[in-house]
Amino acid sequence: MLLVPCPNCGPRNSADLRYGGESHARPDPATASPHEWRAYLYLRHNPAGWLRETWYCRSGCRRWFALERNTATNEFRDPPLPGDKRGGAA
Amino acid sequence: MAMSRLGQRPTEVIKRSVTLHFRWNGRSFSGFEGDTVASALAASGQQVFSRSLKYHRPRGILTADYWDPNLMVQVGDDPNVRAGHRLLEEGMDVRAQNVWPSLRFDLKAANSLVGRFLSAGFYYKTFMRPRWLWPSYERVLSAFGPGGRVDIDSPDRYHDKRYTHPDVVVAGAGPAGIEAALAASKAGARVLLVEHEHSVGGHLRYSTRAAEQVALGKLRGTLEASDVEVLTDSTVTGRYEDNWLGIVQRNHPIAVERLIKARAKMLVVAPGLIERPYVFEGNDRPGVITSAAARRLINLWGVKPGERAVVFSANDEGDAAADLRDAGVDVAAVIDGRKGHRINSTRGSRRAVEGVVADGVRIDADLLVVAAGWTAPTSLLNMAGDRPAYDRYAARFFPSNPPDSVLATGGLSGDGTLDELRTHGAATGRLAAARALSVAHRIQARTARARAVGGPEPDWAADDRLPLRRDFHPELFRSDTHGMIDFSEDVGSKDLLAAAREGYDSVELAKRYTTATMGSSQGKLETVNTVAVLAEARGENIGEVGTTVWRPPYAPVSLGALAGRVFEPVRVSPIQPWHEANGVRTILAGQWVRPDHYGDPAAEVRNARSNVGIIDVTPLGKLDLRGPDIPKLLNLLYTNKWSNLAVGKVRYGMMCGEDGVVLDDGVTGRLGEDHYMMTTTSSGAGVVWEWVENWLQTERPDWRVHVTPVTSAYASINVAGPKSRRLVGRVVRDVDLSPEGFAYMEVRSATVAGVAGCFMWRIGFTGDLSYELHVPAGHGMHVWEALIEAGADLGVGPFGMEGQRIMRLEKGHFIVGQDTDGLTMAPSTGLSRLIRLDKENFVGRPELGWSGSRRLPMIVAIQPDHPQTVPDEGCQIVRGDTNEILGRITSSRMSPTLRRSICLGQVEPELAIGGSRVTVLLASGDRIGATVMGHHAHFDPAGERLRG
Repeated sequence: MLLVPCPNCGPRNSADLRYGGESHARPDPATASPHEWRAYLYLRHNPAGWLRETWYCRSGCRRWFALERNTATNEFRDPPLPGDKRGGAA
Repeated sequence: MAMSRLGQRPTEVIKRSVTLHFRWNGRSFSGFEGDTVASALAASGQQVFSRSLKYHRPRGILTADYWDPNLMVQVGDDPNVRAGHRLLEEGMDVRAQNVWPSLRFDLKAANSLVGRFLSAGFYYKTFMRPRWLWPSYERVLSAFGPGGRVDIDSPDRYHDKRYTHPDVVVAGAGPAGIEAALAASKAGARVLLVEHEHSVGGHLRYSTRAAEQVALGKLRGTLEASDVEVLTDSTVTGRYEDNWLGIVQRNHPIAVERLIKARAKMLVVAPGLIERPYVFEGNDRPGVITSAAARRLINLWGVKPGERAVVFSANDEGDAAADLRDAGVDVAAVIDGRKGHRINSTRGSRRAVEGVVADGVRIDADLLVVAAGWTAPTSLLNMAGDRPAYDRYAARFFPSNPPDSVLATGGLSGDGTLDELRTHGAATGRLAAARALSVAHRIQARTARARAVGGPEPDWAADDRLPLRRDFHPELFRSDTHGMIDFSEDVGSKDLLAAAREGYDSVELAKRYTTATMGSSQGKLETVNTVAVLAEARGENIGEVGTTVWRPPYAPVSLGALAGRVFEPVRVSPIQPWHEANGVRTILAGQWVRPDHYGDPAAEVRNARSNVGIIDVTPLGKLDLRGPDIPKLLNLLYTNKWSNLAVGKVRYGMMCGEDGVVLDDGVTGRLGEDHYMMTTTSSGAGVVWEWVENWLQTERPDWRVHVTPVTSAYASINVAGPKSRRLVGRVVRDVDLSPEGFAYMEVRSATVAGVAGCFMWRIGFTGDLSYELHVPAGHGMHVWEALIEAGADLGVGPFGMEGQRIMRLEKGHFIVGQDTDGLTMAPSTGLSRLIRLDKENFVGRPELGWSGSRRLPMIVAIQPDHPQTVPDEGCQIVRGDTNEILGRITSSRMSPTLRRSICLGQVEPELAIGGSRVTVLLASGDRIGATVMGHHAHFDPAGERLRG
């Protein structure tokens, strides 16, 4: 079982959290085309490598948070701060 | 080969002063304390323990340990017990498996006469056609399958679970593993040492060398005096992400088995080596055993394995001649595999070896002891992502590149003298302890709220262990004859060559085609020989062919161990004791135990419709919302408008996902300026809460709203029926209950039966005048009893979930998840007036905007023509006499109020018009006519009772 580093509670068994999946921006519902909206609903990058994803610490601090995980090695790192252009799908 | 008991051995583990009696296939036997089932039977002269899977050939002892594929037996109601491992107990009832009608006379042995028809892929090829016969084939074939009998009437036995967070787990307590555990413990690490067998010491336990016995004694003494936690008769069955380990403990004093889930900072893998069989004609005849089996039988249990032996040996460790002579066995010949000598075959009856042919010469013997080489059980390394590599020089696999948190030691990682192995083990233990410190520091540093981390992270300790050398070993897999490779699956070398000829020559394909390595020994004995024979077929070496990947579990895990202790917490309302004292029949809804009814749900409905009924609806999801931005939040989450909800008002709303599918529904009331109470369905309470938090935390962190789940903080009681106003008036004094003072869809704070801090609202799930009282949970019972007492003359009575479901169906209210499913978009509910597309933004809005152009099924009320026929929920609505599906019944009940059957269903939009005729296909196959109603409500469609 993965050990997920919650920013508040520290490393926790993944079963203590809810997996929110690949994080992605919500298109503007007023202007989104059906194509854009359904891409938001259903299409995922699913890369073999660094992926930005969300987790919910449901048995601990109850915070939703974002992390980057390397899907090939299950290594975690903090997501980049705004303006930081390092690699990985986001 | 008639085995027998020897005189006392210095190394024996049996206690001859304690005799244990047991039964084998109905006959009485005895053994000693410390015997395994197999050793006791062997000492009593038993030669045949089982019949092989396909050919039903008699099988005897092969390895005399956990992995012995020939020693699977039934003990009492426990099937597939490993007699080579399970300790003997007084009164055991042991039976042979896979025999019919008996072990001695097995009719299915006829299979061996037609052996050539049971070659690789036989079942695949033969039972493919005709396909319609497969169910019959399956029934017959499964009766031929191996395995014991499961008695479904067996009582549940206690299984347990444990969670632990050791610094270092050492898998395997041979000399290297013990040294690793001791060194790590000495360095300050918390260590768990796990040994598969019944005692620690590995191969030293059955060694007669004086120096090794002395070393073992000292190691045991040091271990006992140390802080290392030792688990024997326990197996590390799996290594998962971040050293999450599954450990099955089989010798727990109370539990049948205990599953230990350990999060280890470091894992040391030290399982030793497993001796592998050699492939030649007649290698599965009882009387052919491995050298380790011979030495275990003689030295652990004092069992003489035969009278006249041939020893085939390709390594010093496996040369059992001295042990055999010491036990009084006549060693007729020692065949040295290192010098190119070969065993060709055994001769004898089907039940026993009578002679051995070596280098073309027959030697009379009743025992053949084989030491052809080793299999490295790298399973835990494989599970950690390592791909062990084959070394031709040493004729076995070695670890290649396991992750930094997993270290191997002992025979798995190389050869050496006992001292060299111990030194390597100790160095591994020190390395593991040092790295565990770094991991602990990293975990600590990740925990923002943890106490200050002491200093910088220790440097990751480099692996500076002196590697163990690799000794030469001849590559001995198959002799010049053909024999058995997988004893548990009855797969021979000929089968593998045939599979390769048919094109299944990759190891993963051949494995699945022939089932080699897929039986009870799970590759521990046969993987290398399987790969070797495939390599031979392909004209390549083993390294080029590769091997199968060992996956969890290392050893089989019982379902009981996985299920563990029954730990299923349930939630009950504070009123539950009253329900139980009043004849409730409960129903489990999610985690909640709820009143289903109190004996007669129809009568409960009639009473609520004519007098007044009360129902405990405590599980109703309740979220307390505080803050100035709540209207914005509600506008985002619900499909309807919330900006103008006045204080004291309640509104119903539907929530959708971003795909427009109905997620949940409920009412939300405004209790104060910045204070709202949101309710969700009982089953949706948890999901909706997380969902609300998600929107607030990720999309609108700027909104000032605080969400607190208060579902179980309030006991909730719905008071329904024409006399409900009178009843509520008797317990609530501080609220004007007149229709004008407290109208439908309004909420009031109230003192109920003397309990302050309550709130109540007028809503109408049942379709009658009703009040829902929410009182602090601690006073729930008091308020409930006050209502029962105060309403005695009004005819107050409780009703349960079933009564509520009937009444809501009479009223045509849909239930999310019952009448909707994972594809039901909001417009299908018929509540389009609640979908306000003029709001610029709410969850699911775009899809709902586009849904106008889609043909969505509609939820409608349906009444069967025959008023006494209640179609089952889930019955399909079809077109006439065809099977074309036009919808389905989603809810159905007999209505005590209307005295006829009533339904809700989903139908194609063309049928969603009052008066449409539909055909319902019943479970019986009969078709009945029914009519779609013009309104969801079967009862009081105008809602006069509700609003009065």
